[in-house]
Amino acid sequence: MTISTSTELICFGVLSSIVILGSLGVVLLPNIVYSAFLLGGVFMAVAGLYLLLNASFVAAAQVLVYVGAVNVLILFAIMLVNKQEELKPIKGLRLRKIFSGAVCAGLLALLIRVDFTTPWVLPGPNAIGEEATIRIGEHLFTDYLLPFELASVLLLMAMIGAIVLARRDVLISDIGTGNSVDQALIEKSKTPLLIDKSSQ
Amino acid sequence: MNMIETSTGTIPLQAYLLIASLLFCIGVWGLINSRNAVRVLMSIELMLNAVNINLMTFSSYIDGELIRGQVFAVFVITVAAAEAAVGLAILLSLYRNRVTVDMESFNLLRW
Repeated sequence: MTISTSTELICFGVLSSIVILGSLGVVLLPNIVYSAFLLGGVFMAVAGLYLLLNASFVAAAQVLVYVGAVNVLILFAIMLVNKQEELKPIKGLRLRKIFSGAVCAGLLALLIRVDFTTPWVLPGPNAIGEEATIRIGEHLFTDYLLPFELASVLLLMAMIGAIVLARRDVLISDIGTGNSVDQALIEKSKTPLLIDKSSQ
Repeated sequence: MNMIETSTGTIPLQAYLLIASLLFCIGVWGLINSRNAVRVLMSIELMLNAVNINLMTFSSYIDGELIRGQVFAVFVITVAAAEAAVGLAILLSLYRNRVTVDMESFNLLRW
């Protein structure tokens, strides 16, 4: 075993254990701030797996978009809705957890069986490594041009939609006078309709 | 020669697929069982990452010349970013109306 192969094996083992243990922590930890930071660690480890797979461009995109944008967005959402609340106990929760765990274990067994019984056509053509960025650019501007442009439209729609959904002050003006209506009155008159009646 | 060594190297294809399927199943379990709405969004991100690992693995091992899987992974990352933004905006407006993030209390449309 040469030093490069053993280094690759060690990197793969460390990264995959970070991914699995980190994602278990994301799902199972009671404190959601810890889960958010662990999620960032999982994203970084997945970027490391991409580097092992000769994909430096996608690894950089993963770090920029997931760790830099999505994870920070999740942390901001946690800060905005951070209320320590006692969750109401619901009956049958433990049974539900066990049952869904069994379903997920079954799905995992199915996936593992497919993984190890399918005769993959290996080895394929050699990976192009460093030229991958150039090849991705060629793909994006020739045969994947339409999805690329649609992705830009999708991002614009998501940006406008997120702003419209999340902003607090809807500018409503009085039709008669043209003055803007007091916002607090509108929110106060709307809120009692939406509060959960079943808790009282 | 070095490139060949790393492309079809020591780690088998199945190992990556095993990691991806474990990550996907953990994401599904978290999606079903989380009571906090932010954690549901995190579980969706985990599932998307699992799919991305699959795409990148097949792109590197089987489609090494054309790397179409990497292009698809870039698109999946784009859609995931849009989904996270809209999902968290919906979560904020839900929190403003119901003053909770408990998934069990979002039952306005239940029968």
